[in-house]
Amino acid sequence: MQTHTFKPDLPPPRMSVGVIGWMRSNLFSGVFNTLLTLLAIYLVWLIVPPLLNWAFFDADWVGTTRADCTGQGACWVFIQQRFGQFMYGFYPSELRWRVDLTLWAAIIGAAPLFVPQMPRKALYGIAFLIIYPLLAYWLLHGGALGLSVVPTTRWGGLMLTLVIAAVGIAGALPLGIMLALGRRSEMPAIRVICVTFIEFWRGVPLITVLFMSSVMLPLFLPEGMSFDKLMRALIGVIMFQSAYIAEVVRGGLQAIPKGQYEAAAAMGLGYWRSMGLVILPQALKMVIPGIVNTFIALFKDTSLVIIIGLFDLLNSIKQATTDPAWLGMSTEGYVFAALVYWIFCFGMSRYSMHLERKLDTGHKR
Amino acid sequence: MSEAIKKPEAAEGMILMQGVHKWYGQFHVLKDINLDVKAGERIVLCGPSGSGKSTTIRCINRLEEHQQGRIVVDGTELTHDLKQIEAVRREVGMVFQHFNLFPHLTVLQNCMLAPMWVRKMPKREAQEVAMHYLERVRIPEQADKFPGQLSGGQQQRVAIARALCMKPKIMLFDEPTSALDPEMVKEVLDTMIGLAEDGMTMLCVTHEMGFARTVANRVIFMDRGEIVEEAEPDTFFTNPKNERTQLFLSQILH
Repeated sequence: MQTHTFKPDLPPPRMSVGVIGWMRSNLFSGVFNTLLTLLAIYLVWLIVPPLLNWAFFDADWVGTTRADCTGQGACWVFIQQRFGQFMYGFYPSELRWRVDLTLWAAIIGAAPLFVPQMPRKALYGIAFLIIYPLLAYWLLHGGALGLSVVPTTRWGGLMLTLVIAAVGIAGALPLGIMLALGRRSEMPAIRVICVTFIEFWRGVPLITVLFMSSVMLPLFLPEGMSFDKLMRALIGVIMFQSAYIAEVVRGGLQAIPKGQYEAAAAMGLGYWRSMGLVILPQALKMVIPGIVNTFIALFKDTSLVIIIGLFDLLNSIKQATTDPAWLGMSTEGYVFAALVYWIFCFGMSRYSMHLERKLDTGHKR
Repeated sequence: MSEAIKKPEAAEGMILMQGVHKWYGQFHVLKDINLDVKAGERIVLCGPSGSGKSTTIRCINRLEEHQQGRIVVDGTELTHDLKQIEAVRREVGMVFQHFNLFPHLTVLQNCMLAPMWVRKMPKREAQEVAMHYLERVRIPEQADKFPGQLSGGQQQRVAIARALCMKPKIMLFDEPTSALDPEMVKEVLDTMIGLAEDGMTMLCVTHEMGFARTVANRVIFMDRGEIVEEAEPDTFFTNPKNERTQLFLSQILH
């Protein structure tokens, strides 16, 4: 009998040789592309050096007052002097350690969740999600066990931005998931409620929601009954963003093949277990980019609380630029604000990409 | 494939379908289906596509709802009562054409899921059971891989193991080899024959006539939502009574 001999595996052919080869194929592959490359280089030359000069080389870094800013460039002394206010708002300076502690508690508390070998991770995660908000509220707001009360009107700066974003995310995600499930429910009453809710909140701008919560809501409440302005803003943000999350998650649910629902049902898993163990883990994984997109939008939208007079990061900076002692510092202030927002949003974006890679089990062959 | 598989004279009734009708909108998919399956019986359903054979077995674990007639599975009647439906599904394993493994879980986790969450089995025990059945379908070494990393035949064997981990009394197979490459059909059929040898009650929708001949106690031929002919495999293949059956057989047995 004849035996077939298979040919050995060969390396793929070399497309280009070294740096020059790469440049020739990518930057100068024709007259038009060469012109574009040269134009791009010219634009970079035009923009980048002045920017670097302003931000770094000509900038003033040390000092205490406006008079210390003598150079042509940015006056970072302003940011440095007002840094505390930008971070904590009007939170009493002697109590700022409570804000720091809240942040450290979040970092240290959440750290075990990122250790792959950690046993009983789900249980720990749930416990953390229940205990941490209570702890954070107690630390930030006080009013029990010897901590003095710091009313939410004094909260501000980046801390307030983070509080709104974190509460918004933590509230909108579960609510959004429930709404998405409800919208696909077989029970007409639940479906109608969820569709109405989602379409209502998607139909109004966030700025209106905040404005209504702050100005209109007190008119409808009985005399003497009022609740915290921040609380109202938080509820508005959660309702609003959960509608968006719901639609993103619904997209994921629809992308799960019918066979997955059937296989889960055929094993005797009930509705909640099918959803929790089989459908949602896959659907959520699929829509991570969309969810994170919504979170990033939420994070930036927290700056809209300016409309109801809360002093978040942006409003704190705006406030500081109107200080007569620091007139003309708005560029520095807003560049700083942009940088802080960018760091957080970019961080979220990178983390979501990491999460996608980590959770990829290679079923999309 | 051995000819020596025992075909026990079954005693008690496992599945009873009486006058079952079903409609998809205006379309009458199942017309007066009557079926009585005894414990340990192996039934093969065949017929042209759209004849209602898949729908019939999907009614047995209520993936499809029948609108008229009775279906009783192992003493439990299928009604709108969710408790009854889940009780039936616990005892009925199902293998699908497209495997339907859970891609976000490893092979082992796929097999442990239902025993742990439906049977409330402790994790260690569920793991032992899962490994036992993975060994039985001869892929214990793949336990920690994800379904996406396996071949079609391997995935279908995992799906069989996953269903067996619930220790079901009845196994339903919905065209288990139709989505497989030809080279992988045999490994899945061999696994199913092994199950039959152990006396599992089986209902298989399949076009593998060799399998039907060796394993089945009865072959049921369906067309246009009705049971046209029902016979032992020898009679069915050599001496079909109905004209429609003869035509079907002449088209699939070249």
